[in-house]
Amino acid sequence: MALSILHRATGLANAVGLLVFAVWLTQAASGPEAYGCLVQMLGSVPGLLILGGFSFSFFYHLCNGVRHLVWDSGRGFEKHQANASAWVAIVVAVLLTAVFWGVVL
Amino acid sequence: MSLRSPLSRVLGLGSAKAGTEHWWAQRVSAVALLLLGIWFVIALTQLSPGSYDEVIRFIAAPVNAVLLILLAATLAYHSYLGVQVVIEDYLHTHGVKVLALMLSRFIHVLVAVASIYAILRIGITAGIAA
Repeated sequence: MALSILHRATGLANAVGLLVFAVWLTQAASGPEAYGCLVQMLGSVPGLLILGGFSFSFFYHLCNGVRHLVWDSGRGFEKHQANASAWVAIVVAVLLTAVFWGVVL
Repeated sequence: MSLRSPLSRVLGLGSAKAGTEHWWAQRVSAVALLLLGIWFVIALTQLSPGSYDEVIRFIAAPVNAVLLILLAATLAYHSYLGVQVVIEDYLHTHGVKVLALMLSRFIHVLVAVASIYAILRIGITAGIAA
């Protein structure tokens, strides 16, 4: 299914998101001015859209990763099970993204 | 009758000569990230990430600093393992593949060291100021 390649795509996106995480920490360590610059950039509309994308990518990879761990245990390989768990992963990822931003904003 | 030597069967390394080590490291780091990731997301929701003072106070708290260091290191490790597989799967020119693997390793180590240094610096500076 299409969700399989999405696991890899979101994994790569998360690798880029990891750079944002590192910049967040280093800017915080560099002082209030440097941190203010970053907040201004990420707080803008394009910045928030990018962060929104990274958050969905993170939540999807996390949910689908749990699916993979279940498969590793030898369970959930029947076609109807795999289809159902795919929907669970995507719906939970969307919900987590929405709830996260609902609380943060 | 199998043509595999008893030593080959005992070592169980297969044709890649690496056995299940890579696969297993990816799973262990995935489980660690599941726990650390959930903690980090919940922590973020209880924080105003735009406020410098609040963020510094959060990072400087010892429990948070330790968990953040573990998170940064595990993220970089898991990410390196994943990107490695993608490079090995899609880059077929030997030289390009080796260079990409090396570059990926350099960047991941840089990200991990920069993140951990930043966390330690914030924690230790706050500890001296207090």
